[in-house]
Amino acid sequence: MRKYLLKRVFYMILTLFLVATITFFLMKLMPGTPYSNQQKMTAQQIQIMNEQYGLNKPMWMQYLIYLGGMLHGDLGVSFQFSNQPVSYLIASRIGASAQLGIQAMIFGVVLGIIIGSIAAVHRNTWIDTLCTVLSIIGKSVPNFVLAVLLQFYIALKLGWFPIADWGNFSYTVLPTIALGVGPLAETARFIRTGMVDVLNSDYIELAKAKGLSRYGIVYHHALRNSLIPLVTLIGPYTVALMTGSMVIENIFSIPGIGEQFVKSILTNDYPTIMGVTMLFSAGLVAIILITDIIYGMIDPRIRLSGSGD
Amino acid sequence: MAERILDVKNLKIDFHTYAGDVKAIRDVSFHLDKGETLAIVGESGSGKSVTTKSLMGLLANNAEVTGGSIMFHDQDILKKSEKEMQNIRGKDIAMIFQDPMTSLDPTMRIGQQIAEPLIKHKHVNKKKAWAQALELMKLVGITDAEERIRNYPHQFSGGQRQRIVIAIALVCYPEILIADEPTTALDVTIQAQILELMKELQEKIDTSIIFITHDLGVVAGMADRVAVMYAGQIVEYGTVDEIFFNPQHPYTWGLLNSMPTLSSTKLEAIPGTPPDLLDPPKGDPFVARNPYAMKIDAEQRPPFFKVSETHYAATWLLHPDAPKVTPPDEIIRRRQTFKDIMAHEAI
Repeated sequence: MRKYLLKRVFYMILTLFLVATITFFLMKLMPGTPYSNQQKMTAQQIQIMNEQYGLNKPMWMQYLIYLGGMLHGDLGVSFQFSNQPVSYLIASRIGASAQLGIQAMIFGVVLGIIIGSIAAVHRNTWIDTLCTVLSIIGKSVPNFVLAVLLQFYIALKLGWFPIADWGNFSYTVLPTIALGVGPLAETARFIRTGMVDVLNSDYIELAKAKGLSRYGIVYHHALRNSLIPLVTLIGPYTVALMTGSMVIENIFSIPGIGEQFVKSILTNDYPTIMGVTMLFSAGLVAIILITDIIYGMIDPRIRLSGSGD
Repeated sequence: MAERILDVKNLKIDFHTYAGDVKAIRDVSFHLDKGETLAIVGESGSGKSVTTKSLMGLLANNAEVTGGSIMFHDQDILKKSEKEMQNIRGKDIAMIFQDPMTSLDPTMRIGQQIAEPLIKHKHVNKKKAWAQALELMKLVGITDAEERIRNYPHQFSGGQRQRIVIAIALVCYPEILIADEPTTALDVTIQAQILELMKELQEKIDTSIIFITHDLGVVAGMADRVAVMYAGQIVEYGTVDEIFFNPQHPYTWGLLNSMPTLSSTKLEAIPGTPPDLLDPPKGDPFVARNPYAMKIDAEQRPPFFKVSETHYAATWLLHPDAPKVTPPDEIIRRRQTFKDIMAHEAI
């Protein structure tokens, strides 16, 4: 097991290194410069700025400097956001995004599992059709449309939750719902498909023959066996949500990282692009490892190789 | 006379399909006494599995019971609600399935799988249920049961898994055990062990067994009585000796004739295929494959003719006006053996 984990961690680092390299050079291929009003600057001013930010050095040197900095946890200084260190920028902004992402995933996955299970148990009845229609709507309606609707009806008309801004838990409810409907629909669809298969298997027949009730069978036998495809889906989805959604953060005025990331790309804010990309990649490779470990916990037949037995 | 615990009368089951109603079970009657083993024999599609599923109330959604009754003691199982059936299943009537490789939940420890019916029906706590599960595991012959109780199904071989499936079925000491081809998916060497185990346990926990199989060889050593099914009907039933050595229905002849014996040089087969049950023949369903068929076989369904107190067969050949036919050599040989048995018993 330990050997296996070490091997996995080594590959994770290798992956991150490759991501850093590819992103760095791709980023440099983007047209434009970090200066928003270059035409008004003199050549000398540009020269000074380039020197200050190390942009005058050859590209391979910039690359090595960046890698060196990253090894020490230094992600550079943002060009755009009042010269703040990128690490500070991320740290101050990731909290809101991560909280929202996790809440949305929990909301979506839990509800999705329930709805998907109900649909599977009542397959080919009106209940199943209703669940399917709802999940198609959930998947196809853009979340900003839902966000605006929630703001108008729940916040403005009913006044149950704040319209926007960031504060205590009540501020997170509407953005969580808006963000969570996507994973909800996806989860419901996956669970429904997986469970219909599982419910047709012999061990479910045996569970019936034991005298278990319908929902007892779903809870004790069918659910766990339907989770594997879902776990594959949830991992990367969680990372994507945690690293921020520009649209939702914009609509609800949430001080998250999604908006910053988009701005940094538009303005060629190289260190911020790199920083957020690396954070996203690190989250992704970590979640892939965690997913593999969870597989083994859900299904004993999938044991991590090198675990001894 | 032994206590009658199950009495199936005139059972009729249809399956609704897009092509029409498949009349899978057409007027089936049989009974089961306490402590005995009844084998239901027939080829695939003859309705033997459907019959047993109806005993458990586990018919598929598109199946409909269109007539008859299934009396378990003095209650009609067909009139029970799903909730009431849940209290009978696994407790009074339990079932062993065909394929042990797929009938255990791959993600649940086998201890829990054996304990589950106890927790459900006897309302014992988990610890006590596991203790009893351990006893059962030892009883069905799993070695190192103490350690293996925490294992998962994939860590067991096919034969061991079928032992576990048997343990699950027996954990509540059911009155009726339905075994649906329990050895079909196993190696021949393991088959004998599992059959031996079932016989041994039947005595220990005093249960009656309904044994579904297409393998007559398995029946000989297991059953007290045999019912032969064909195209959704029982065509002949009697004690195991009567069916094996004094068969009357041409279909039973065909089945026995297609069993390899020490003297057989080539395997006989029954020509043709069973009739389409979307539109079942109105006479004897075996008529199209029956070399001894008479005109009346195509027109009128034969009633059961009594051969002995325990032996009945539904074939017009037993009608007093029917011509005498000569059964296959193998059957004549068997009937000779039967006479010897009878003579021996008479002494």
